[in-house]
Amino acid sequence: MSTTAHTASGADRLRANDPEPQTPAGGGMKAVGGVAGWVDDRTGAAKGVGYLMKKVFPDHWSFMLGEVAMYSMIICLLTGAFLTFWFVPSAGHVAYEGSYLPLRGVMMSEAYASTLDISFDIRGGLIIRQIHHWAALLFIVAINVHMMRVFFTGAFRKPRELNWVIGAQLSMLALVEGFAGYSLPDDLLSGTGLRAAEGFMRSIPVLGSYVSYFVFDGAFPGEAIIPRLYAVHVLLLPAILVGLFTAHIVLVAVQKHTQYPGPGRTNDNVVGFPVMPVYAAKAGGFFFIVFGVIALISALVTINPIWAYGPYDPSPVTAGSQPDWYMGFADGALRLLPGWLEFEAFGFTFSFNVMIGAILLIPVMYGLITLYPFLEEWVTGDKREHHLLDRPRNNPTRTGIGMAGIAAYAVLMFAAGNDLMAIKLGLSINDITHFLRAAFFIAPPIAFWITKRICLSLQRRDRDLVLHGRETGRIIRTAEGRFYEKHEPLDPYTRWHLVQHEQHQPLQLEAGVDENGVASPTARKDRLRAKVSHFYFKDRVEPVTPAELEAAHHHEAHHPEAIEHQEPGGAPLVEMARSGAGDNPDATEHGRQRG
Amino acid sequence: MNNNDTEHGAQAADPGSEGYGSTAVRLDQGHIEGTGRLPERFEDPGFAPHIARAADLDEAAAKRAEKQVAAMFGVSMLGTLVFIVAYFAIPMESQVFIPGIGKANLSNVVLGVSLALGLLGIGVGAVHWAKTLMPDEEVVEERHPLRSPDEARGGFVKTMLTGGTDAQLDRRPLIKYSLGGALGLFAIPLVVQVVGSLGPLPKDELSKTMWKKGDRLVRDPEHTPIKATDVSIGSVFHVLPESIKESEHVLEDKAKAAVLLMRLEPDAIQVAKARDWGYDGIVAYSKICTHVGCPVGLYEQQTHHLLCPCHQSTFDVTQDCKVIFGPAKRPLPQLKITVDTEGYLVADAPFQEAVGPSFWERG
Repeated sequence: MSTTAHTASGADRLRANDPEPQTPAGGGMKAVGGVAGWVDDRTGAAKGVGYLMKKVFPDHWSFMLGEVAMYSMIICLLTGAFLTFWFVPSAGHVAYEGSYLPLRGVMMSEAYASTLDISFDIRGGLIIRQIHHWAALLFIVAINVHMMRVFFTGAFRKPRELNWVIGAQLSMLALVEGFAGYSLPDDLLSGTGLRAAEGFMRSIPVLGSYVSYFVFDGAFPGEAIIPRLYAVHVLLLPAILVGLFTAHIVLVAVQKHTQYPGPGRTNDNVVGFPVMPVYAAKAGGFFFIVFGVIALISALVTINPIWAYGPYDPSPVTAGSQPDWYMGFADGALRLLPGWLEFEAFGFTFSFNVMIGAILLIPVMYGLITLYPFLEEWVTGDKREHHLLDRPRNNPTRTGIGMAGIAAYAVLMFAAGNDLMAIKLGLSINDITHFLRAAFFIAPPIAFWITKRICLSLQRRDRDLVLHGRETGRIIRTAEGRFYEKHEPLDPYTRWHLVQHEQHQPLQLEAGVDENGVASPTARKDRLRAKVSHFYFKDRVEPVTPAELEAAHHHEAHHPEAIEHQEPGGAPLVEMARSGAGDNPDATEHGRQRG
Repeated sequence: MNNNDTEHGAQAADPGSEGYGSTAVRLDQGHIEGTGRLPERFEDPGFAPHIARAADLDEAAAKRAEKQVAAMFGVSMLGTLVFIVAYFAIPMESQVFIPGIGKANLSNVVLGVSLALGLLGIGVGAVHWAKTLMPDEEVVEERHPLRSPDEARGGFVKTMLTGGTDAQLDRRPLIKYSLGGALGLFAIPLVVQVVGSLGPLPKDELSKTMWKKGDRLVRDPEHTPIKATDVSIGSVFHVLPESIKESEHVLEDKAKAAVLLMRLEPDAIQVAKARDWGYDGIVAYSKICTHVGCPVGLYEQQTHHLLCPCHQSTFDVTQDCKVIFGPAKRPLPQLKITVDTEGYLVADAPFQEAVGPSFWERG
């Protein structure tokens, strides 16, 4: 085309001076350049896409958790689109005439009948349905574990608070999306779930019965809830989820991925591999691995066998009725909340036994999660950008808070299985419930305390390792007959992992009055902040400094560690198990006393 | 004690010689300071030396990796082929026994496994390729502060402010406030439309069921009436009102009207009202849990406890279905029953209170 001579005439004359189209450079680029050049001529995308393809991402297994979430979401979107071709979102009643014999002739909703058809009469329908359900379950697992990774490594710190907020909303909406989808087949189990959901709505003060009648278009169950949930499940929430997800991933690219500390990794760089070719293959391949694993599970493990439950009917119920796993904590909360939280006053009924668990729990939980980065920023007063992750042990209080949250969640989760535990373990359900009620309040502080102690211990162990090196297992006998184990100093690269971090100091309380003795208007806030800061950082273990290492070497040069020596005529005694024990004032004591 | 082994003591200075280390200080007494020769903190040693992989050094290993990757891609193609054949060849109803899993639908198993192979072959192959043959020397990209330069920030503020000024926003408060009012209100019609049309008002529907005086108790789901003599001691019946047959909204009516009928020894019923509202030890209670509305489906014959399978609220039939455990607060409402002239059980009155979960205005 570039060889065509321009016959300058009419409007084209204006273009006569346009540059000739460029032929792509380099013979090897020709094939790509043909199409890509055509697109770039019209979009100028080469620069941006080229930049993206060169973009560097750090490598770590825990960074794949978010990828698992992303891929399971894509798999849900894909298989969900398939399912819409056969699913009929209608509560209209029909007699079943499909090939599943036990239900032939039974009256049921079109939604349930079409789900049976997908499972029994549409070739490959069951595998798609099962992939959809398993992928949804994995989606929420992956989101939550990804969120834990981000929390425990402090990846939510500036500049990523916004992305943490978006992520928390994604996680919460994923629960709603899952519940909506799970309710669509209109089987006995999901219908019982909707029945309970109607009870939840009624517990809202003042508006409860109105909310119920508006959502269900009249009395429960009505015929509106299935098509309404369908619109929410396939249109409204996916649009919001995909939109928020896009913002989430764009922010990751703009802010560049965080990285774990290590030699050569600083707050000012990203060390890793470029998208092209390494992550194109690794992350692209990982999509297929996630999809493949979900397909394999779906081939071998039945999920939600709706044909075994029968169509929804408000009268029958099955023992052991439970929602999908991600709603377990809310269901467990409902089982633990005592009945006395319901009372009547001024002629009205206050159903806090239901409302706390069913209406308040999820927004409050996600509200606290959303606010955490801002709390920590306020406590530390740290306004710097953080691109290097924390090792969880290096921030014991944060890690402890996270574990306390997980402990509370776990108690509620266990509570959702109180009936199953009672049956399988032969225990009284009353005892289990009372125990879990207490555990909800007791377990989180215990988890906090244990976690914090473990973190501090691990930091001391890091100090120990840096100061005294690795135990080689080689026992040396000296000329005098003493034994000691040889320790090998860490190489500088390994050591750097253990000494690179900074420890926050608790904020000092300022006088509260200025030089003229005028009380500071923020004195009360400052006092609170100093208190919280003290709670966060009073226990800490400083990383080893070069001076301490030198001193430790000096010390050990004169006192090689004797691990045991023979008492005359006695059993071998441990004299000094490791430096730091016993009466020798020793390097590790330094860290210990601070802790 | 002179065994000053190199690995241990290599960096420790010889005592007596000049330099750092010659003044040993107990570490619990503070840092060693003042020599100026040691940094306050360790310094980043920079990247660790790169370790070459087998395939980087040995062409045979690289060739092997190439074959492995190609083999995985081959597995993928095979999986896809199997899927296509199985899709057409396997009848949907054939079953297969898989040890450790049990009986399964053959079509689902083969389609799923072959699909998984088709996907995993590509995934594992690509990752293996990346790990063995693609460059594994790390690349460094610099970060730049996210914050825009000051000029850009200032420029932005200026653009916005001059924009406002150019629009005369600050000079014409009438426009500013009326626009605020209009923008604040325009969404209301949309909200009114959707909220107003979602559903009818509940009125007193939540407080009423279809039970009325004289309505026969019929079995659920057979819809056959129950004679008092049919109800032996210890038995339990799932019951609906006979009028359900004429109902135009069966599920909605059932969701409120479902009842459980039990017969106890009359002496076992400890509450006089409960005995009076029953008939010769036969008592009828709403089956809809007062917690969140699940059917209270489990009856323990020995203890006369009713248990809700959703959240384990437990009601004691001998105590007028008082809650003895679990999250529910209120007892299950009792339906007053009697027998008609033919000896069939009938309702003697509608429910005297709202059945099912609590709501604000139920009291």
